[in-house]
Amino acid sequence: MKLLLSYLIFPGFLFSACIGLFAGWVDRKVTARIQYRVGPPWYQNFMDIVKLLHKEIIIPEGARLTFLFAPFLGLLSVVLMSTILGRSLNIYASGFSGDLIVIVYLLVMPAIAMIIGASSSENPLASIGASREIKAVLAYELPFILSIIAIIVKSGGSIRIGSILNHQAFAGSNIASFSGALAFIVVLFSIQAKLCFVPFDASEAEQELMAGTLIEYSGLPLAMFKLTKAILLYALPVFLIVLFMGKDISPIFLIGKYILILVSIILIKNTNPRLRIDQTLRFFWGPMAVLAVLALGLTLFGL
Amino acid sequence: MSKKVIIPIGPYHPLQEEPEFFRLFVEGEKVVDIDIVLGYMHRGIEELAEHKHYDQVAFLVERICGICSNSHPFAYVNAVENIGKMEVPERALYIRTIIAELERLHSHLLWLGLAGHFIGYNTVWMWSWRYREPVLDCFEMITGNRQHYGMMKIGGVRRDIKDEDVPVLKKTLDELVPALDMFKGAVMDDPVIQARLKGVGVLTRKQAIEWCAVGPTARASGVDIDIRRDDPYGAYDKVDWNVIVEKDGDIFSKTVVRILEMYESVGIIRQCLDRMPKGEIDANVKDIPPGEGIGRVEAPRGECFHYVKSDGTNRPLRHKIRAPSYMNVATNKVAAVGQTISDTTITLAAVDPCYCCTERVMVVDKKTNGKIMDGLDLVRLSQEKTEKIKKALKQ
Repeated sequence: MKLLLSYLIFPGFLFSACIGLFAGWVDRKVTARIQYRVGPPWYQNFMDIVKLLHKEIIIPEGARLTFLFAPFLGLLSVVLMSTILGRSLNIYASGFSGDLIVIVYLLVMPAIAMIIGASSSENPLASIGASREIKAVLAYELPFILSIIAIIVKSGGSIRIGSILNHQAFAGSNIASFSGALAFIVVLFSIQAKLCFVPFDASEAEQELMAGTLIEYSGLPLAMFKLTKAILLYALPVFLIVLFMGKDISPIFLIGKYILILVSIILIKNTNPRLRIDQTLRFFWGPMAVLAVLALGLTLFGL
Repeated sequence: MSKKVIIPIGPYHPLQEEPEFFRLFVEGEKVVDIDIVLGYMHRGIEELAEHKHYDQVAFLVERICGICSNSHPFAYVNAVENIGKMEVPERALYIRTIIAELERLHSHLLWLGLAGHFIGYNTVWMWSWRYREPVLDCFEMITGNRQHYGMMKIGGVRRDIKDEDVPVLKKTLDELVPALDMFKGAVMDDPVIQARLKGVGVLTRKQAIEWCAVGPTARASGVDIDIRRDDPYGAYDKVDWNVIVEKDGDIFSKTVVRILEMYESVGIIRQCLDRMPKGEIDANVKDIPPGEGIGRVEAPRGECFHYVKSDGTNRPLRHKIRAPSYMNVATNKVAAVGQTISDTTITLAAVDPCYCCTERVMVVDKKTNGKIMDGLDLVRLSQEKTEKIKKALKQ
């Protein structure tokens, strides 16, 4: 019962979705201010979800059953992920050995859900979006996982979030070291790609594919994908804080660090044009992979 | 991967603000062929022009395009003045030039913003449209309208530029130059923009000539043409300025040409404001003699051509318009093929297409193979349809 509550309310679905939607508003507001616009009121993203729930669900002709199954897959996995993450933040000991690996797996699920949903919708634009999403996943997962391995090595080979936090509480934040800083940059860019933000949003490119992977979705399924994105916007920066800035995670510091990372993500988003998918691949397998390997190597030498 | 898929861009698509239909034949991500379908916005302007008197036509052709709404009336009055070899007061020529160059400024800023939007760089979009606002304010101050200025008149201009407006204009230009410097730096030095635009959508010099590209599209490919210099009209032969030519023919060059042209425009307007003589602004033309005339204007998108034939009455006998986008859109057939979808979208937009200007309509009967309906037939069809609707309404 308690577990179910923590999955549905705190720190699971309700809590993370609210924070995520609010962060989405911060994104829209900051973007608007950068672009000399006014921006929406704070409750705009909540209203968007409510509005979507009232809309008709249109299922395209010839779509397979997986079309409706995909949004559930994406939403359930990110909620599970944010629950595990939130509980480990509250009580260090609540995690289990290997929860880091589970989180890394669950983080891929939204992208896979997108790919499944898009490719079962029989829309040529969606299928191009799906093929781009596959390439993007292949691109950013390599440096992302390499950097996480660097962190694992740094924390004495532990794959438990609680002990990574414990390690940082004594030895200082991971980002303070040279290798940690390198890995941080890599993970920051990977997060940008996982969130499907410019410059790595080729799979949804509005001007080319008209929202690509999401093009056929409407009503409830679209709302679920939006919620998935919102929860990712909450969970990914928190995951970054846990891995790299875990020295002091009292609520005030946590919120401060979260806003810092959120704003830097928004700034990257607003100061870059969209990369082509082959350029994305080259970027992650080239400079980012080199940085990640370098970080891993330096960690082995204890730097 | 070898299966051809058709990706539709249009008729209604976020890429374009006007309805136009490009069918991309795609293999994987690569575009292997492209089909350009025109005709969604045809309004029969030429036919309409032949049913209005000369002064009304100036307002009609202004409605061809919302962005270069000065180029068409400018070319039209040039054509009509060419029939009677009329003398236009010098002050009117300067005012026409100022309006034309202000229009080039706002049009290029608009394109720069849209180009930013098309490569996902929305900040450039919003910023360049922000700096476009003061230019539109200048238009409102001089002409009373932000678009569709209604300034061109056969034999002169409709409104004078007041002496107290000149300092405001100069101040706006002074404030615009730092913004242009910023865009120049932001576009020409940004490595990510260079990665997206360099070597993309290349139109070689030979192709540009073969496909009759005009304006910035041709100048970016190394073709040194500019009607303002080659066939001077207005006051362009009385001021100093340069034609900007780039060699590479890719989208980056097209962007650079447009940004540098904005500096030239600022220079031209400044010189015009200083050298503008006092005096009349209208030659009070009463009659148009029989004859033929052509008017050419370098619109922001390229050469805009008007042909007017007069039989001495108060209505043009024939009015023929060729807008620059009609030539430039066709170059996509060579520039856009062989690239990825991402690059194609920006290539399609890089010629700064203006579809309203471009529309043509032709009805071909497949059975008799080649019988074409002309303008009169279309008018008759439309009248018959109206009659039918009228009857249906009465019942």
